[in-house]
Amino acid sequence: MSEHARHRRPVSWRLILSGSWLAIVIICAVFAPYIAPHDPLAQDLLLERLPPFWVSGAEPGYYLGTDGLGRDVLSRIIYGARIALTVAFVAATAACLIGSTMGLVAGYFRGWLDQIVSRIVDIWMSFPPVLFSILLVAVIGTGLHSVIIAITAIDWIRFCRVVRAETLVQTRMDYIDSARAAGFSRLNILVREVFPNALPTIVALLSLEMGIAVIVEAILSFVNLSISTDDPTWGGMIAEGRTIIHFAWWVLVFPLIALFLTVLAFSQFGEGLRDRFDPVLR
Amino acid sequence: MSPDKATARSYLDIDDLSIVLKHQPTHRLLRSVGLHVMPGEVRGLVGESGAGKSMIGKTIFDILPRAVEIVEGSVRLGDDELLKLPQSARRKVIARTSALIPQDPLTALNPVRRIEPQITDRLTRILGVSKSDARERARALLDEVHIRDPESVLRNYPHQLSGGMRQRVLIAAAFAAEPKLIVADEPTTALDVTVQKQILKLIAEMQARHGTALLFVTHDLGVVAKICQNVSVLYGGKIVEDTEVKSLFARPTHAYTQALIAATPRYDRPDESLVPVPAAVIEATQHEIAAADDAWLGARQAGGRR
Repeated sequence: MSEHARHRRPVSWRLILSGSWLAIVIICAVFAPYIAPHDPLAQDLLLERLPPFWVSGAEPGYYLGTDGLGRDVLSRIIYGARIALTVAFVAATAACLIGSTMGLVAGYFRGWLDQIVSRIVDIWMSFPPVLFSILLVAVIGTGLHSVIIAITAIDWIRFCRVVRAETLVQTRMDYIDSARAAGFSRLNILVREVFPNALPTIVALLSLEMGIAVIVEAILSFVNLSISTDDPTWGGMIAEGRTIIHFAWWVLVFPLIALFLTVLAFSQFGEGLRDRFDPVLR
Repeated sequence: MSPDKATARSYLDIDDLSIVLKHQPTHRLLRSVGLHVMPGEVRGLVGESGAGKSMIGKTIFDILPRAVEIVEGSVRLGDDELLKLPQSARRKVIARTSALIPQDPLTALNPVRRIEPQITDRLTRILGVSKSDARERARALLDEVHIRDPESVLRNYPHQLSGGMRQRVLIAAAFAAEPKLIVADEPTTALDVTVQKQILKLIAEMQARHGTALLFVTHDLGVVAKICQNVSVLYGGKIVEDTEVKSLFARPTHAYTQALIAATPRYDRPDESLVPVPAAVIEATQHEIAAADDAWLGARQAGGRR
């Protein structure tokens, strides 16, 4: 039986594909200056609106064409990955830490603590999240920090709700009573018995949240509330591409594809990880 | 409440224990319960569902649900009066002296942790046993509960074991710290009949070997007849009969117990039809309880005014 137990399932395609895409994006973000063929900010009006390489009229070296100011689209997408991933990792991790802690504590200790946390969550949920984030950034000013703060401030409730629900389920299990009867303190039980059971859910949610953070950052860039317009962001590129879509569709489409694949990869990666982490499914 | 000879020697003493719902403090879930278990004694605690059997177990381990409250009574474990101790000291006494065999082996083990720490945690982290000693002890215990290949079971996760195996693991874990008292809370209810029989035999065997006092909570009089020496019958949160098992079946004194024994199906006489507990007996028992409640409330109110 134990030999069989140690034999793990092969890694799923879901995990391989999403993981590879995320690896590519991360490598692009980290090594952008070495990978990008051009300076993402260099403008050249002689080279404006060049099509991607397989369309006639393309200039060699500009693989995905250029935008209305003659800037290389591929280079801008590669640099854009930096901002997208920074926001994804920092904002999602912060939201996860705050939300999961609140959820665990509220779900385990119940009582007035749970009352307060649950009421805050209820109030938070009554705001439409994207409008709320736009409002927040408008109030605290634009910039990378504001975007991260806005996403954290809004999305921690996502973790809080799910983790609290999971904690409530686990707390009713007999093994919690057994641990209490064996003399362990409440905090001890929360950390050693309840938390590991909530962990697969937290991991899946964290990955999903990274994808959501990428979207929210793109939305904020799209409405010009993220960072300065010159810096390449996927949302900003989509906004610029929208205005010239009839002349140069590639300025809009390629950042959109990058965005779509990245968000999809994050959510699929999370699901795949949960399947692997959960000992009951394993 | 002067301790007579019998209670002076017993290991677990519950006296006059009353538990109420917090939001309805006149409604008692346990009604002045008295329960005594001698060292090494196997005592059955019988009652139908909702009678408060598990509530007594939970009181001993200080794991009562939040919605209920102990309003009076005492729980003595060895030399320690639990309800008078501060919480941390109480938990220490409980952890050192007693253990629980829970009802449902499927939820009583943490699904994401391996078996080994779930047996040894109490030893290493509460009682200060060294890791290798605890591991050795866990292996020996799994041997004792007749688990083949204890080495690999220690490394397994709960879902890799069958229900019967898990209950064996839980029994091993209960005996790990050599407790003076074990409370088995319907340990066979969640298992099928053949496994039930083995588990019952195993609990009796372990109890005899370790000389532990055992409080066996169940709704099954047949099980009581098999393994218990003495028995307390609980109805509506009140002990209606407290006697030796032999005399329980030979000469039950309370009308409810008599009816209950008459209602037990006899496999050796399959032609007899089933006898329900007569409504009149239930009614009479409930009247008796209501009268006791009135007296209790009156006494409390008089006490409160004083």
